[in-house]
Amino acid sequence: MIRTSSLTKRYGRITAVDDLDLDVREGDVYGFLGANGSGKTTTVRMLLGLVLATSGSIEVMGRAMPSGARQVLPEVGALVEGPAAYAHLSGRANLALFDAMGQGARRATRAGRVDDALARVGLGGVDSRPVHAYSLGMRQRLGLANALLRRPRLLVLDEPTNGLDPQGIREIRGLLLELNAAGTTVFLSSHLLAEIEQMCTRVGVLDRGRLVVQEQLDVLQQPTGRVVVHTPDADRARALLDGQVEHQEGERLLVRVPDAAALNALLVGGGVRVASLSAERRTLEDVVLAATSSGSDTFSAPAVGR
Amino acid sequence: MILVELRKMVRSRRTWTTILLIDALPTLVAVLLAITDLGPRPGQGPAFLSAVLTDGTLFPLAALAIVLPLFLPIAVAITAGEAIAGESQAGTLRYMLIRPVGRTRLLVAKLVSVMSFVVLTVLVVAATAYVVGTLLLGKGDVTTGSTSISGTSLSTQELLLRTLLALAYAMLCMLGVAAIALFLSTVSESPLGAALGTLAVLIASTILLTLDAANALQPWLPTRYWLAFVDLFRDPILWRDVVRGVLLQLVYVVVFLAAGWANFTTKDITD
Repeated sequence: MIRTSSLTKRYGRITAVDDLDLDVREGDVYGFLGANGSGKTTTVRMLLGLVLATSGSIEVMGRAMPSGARQVLPEVGALVEGPAAYAHLSGRANLALFDAMGQGARRATRAGRVDDALARVGLGGVDSRPVHAYSLGMRQRLGLANALLRRPRLLVLDEPTNGLDPQGIREIRGLLLELNAAGTTVFLSSHLLAEIEQMCTRVGVLDRGRLVVQEQLDVLQQPTGRVVVHTPDADRARALLDGQVEHQEGERLLVRVPDAAALNALLVGGGVRVASLSAERRTLEDVVLAATSSGSDTFSAPAVGR
Repeated sequence: MILVELRKMVRSRRTWTTILLIDALPTLVAVLLAITDLGPRPGQGPAFLSAVLTDGTLFPLAALAIVLPLFLPIAVAITAGEAIAGESQAGTLRYMLIRPVGRTRLLVAKLVSVMSFVVLTVLVVAATAYVVGTLLLGKGDVTTGSTSISGTSLSTQELLLRTLLALAYAMLCMLGVAAIALFLSTVSESPLGAALGTLAVLIASTILLTLDAANALQPWLPTRYWLAFVDLFRDPILWRDVVRGVLLQLVYVVVFLAAGWANFTTKDITD
C-alpha cells in the first residue's frame, strides 16, 4: 500500500528524514511512532506529495508519488497536522466546498456524501454555526469527516485523536477499526504509545529521521519467557522454585519458566497462595525506549569529562 | 476549481465590504459636487471631473478615474496577496492539494477569481456612479454629444466604445498588479506580507516616476503608463502611451506569473 525506499529529506544541513524504508501492507493498521520532531510529519507530507523528497522513492497503491498524485490521492483520505477549515462557513458548507474541489465528485450525490461523512464522525446533527464557533474536538471530527468524504482506500492520519475527550477517542478508535474491518488501510502517525498499542497491527518507530523498528505488533509483544507472580507467600515460593526466580520485589516475583500454567500448578500444589500470575510480555514502551535515543526536543549540553 | 474559487469569492463578506468601501469614495465626490457645484477647472484634478458638472452621465468615467489609480490596486494587492498565502495560513492549502487539486490549476483558479473580483468591482462602481451621477448631477444634452478631452464632440456610441477600451486597459494594469501579488503570495508565508510587498513595489514605482534621476528606469516602472487610458478620450486617440503600457503590462504579467508558477509548483508545503 505504501512503500518507500531510501526516502530522504534534507532542509539545508538538517536531515529531517534519513534513508527511510517504509512498508505498509494492504489491510494494516500501521502505527507510525516517533517523538515530536522525529520527522513523522515530514514523512506524511512526502507521502501525500506536499513536500518533495531530496532523494529516494515513494510508492502509494502501486504508483510513484508525487508523479502519480492525480490517480493516487482521490483514493486517499488524510488528516495532516491538525484539521483546517474556512472559519466563517459552517462545517457542512466546508465539506461541500472541499468536495467540489478536484475532479470526480458528482454534484448530485454531494449532499449525501457530506451528510454521511458527518454522521460517521458523530457530527450528524450539527447545526449551521460557523466553524470558528466549534470546539477543538468538533474541529478534529470535521477534519476526519473531510478525510472520509470520498470513501478512501487508504487513510493517512496524523494525530487523529488530538483534542478529543476520552469518550471521543474511544469513538474514533471504534470508527477507524470499523473502517479497517471494511477494507480500509489505516496509516496512523502518533507520539502516543497507548493509542498505537491499542489499535495497530504493525508498528514503525522513527527516531531522529531514521526508522529504527518496523514489525508486527504481536511480534514485538512476544512473551519474554518469564512469568510474573504475585503471592503473599513469596519466600515459600522462592524456596519451591529453587533458583528460577530472577527477581523479587516484595510480593512480586519474576520467574524464568516457559509455561505459566505448569508454574501455577506447581505453586498451588506446593501450598503457595497465588494472587495473580501472568506471562510477561514486552510492552511497546520497552521496545520504543530501547530503540530510540532521548527525545529530539531536548538539547542537553554534552557532558564535560574530567 | 475555478467555480469553487468564484463561489468562495462571491460568498465572502470581505469581497462585498471592499467593494462597498471602494464605491463610497466616488459617491461622496458626487454628493459634494452636487452640493457645492465646485468642479476642478478643466485640466486639473482627477480626469473628467470638470465635465461631470454639465453631464451626469459622464460620472461613471470620472468615478473610475478616481478609483483606478489607488483604491483598486490596493484591493487587488490584498486579494491576490491572500490567494495562496491566505490558504496556507488557514491550513486549507494542504487539504486542497491532497484532494487533489493540481498546483497549476489552483494558481489559475486564484488568478481568475482575483480578476473576476476586479470586474465585479468596476461594474458595481460604474453602475452606482451612473445612477448617482444622473440623479444628482442631471443629464446633459446628449444630442450635442459629450466632449472629449481635446474639446471636440464625441458621439455617445464613440464614447461607449472608448470607455470599454479604457476599462480593458485598466483591467490589464490590474492584471499586472495581480501577477506581482500572486507571485509574492507563493513566496511569503503571510498574506499581509504579500499584499504589503506588492504595495511597496507600486509606491516605489510611483515615487521613482517623479524623480528625474530615475529617468532611465521610468519606461520600465509598472505604474508608468497606468493613467494612459485618459489618452483614449483624446480626439484623435493618442495611441503611443497606451500601446507601450499594454506591452509593459504584458511583460510584467508573463514574468511574474511564470515566476509564481515555477516557485509554487516546486515548493514544499509545510504550513
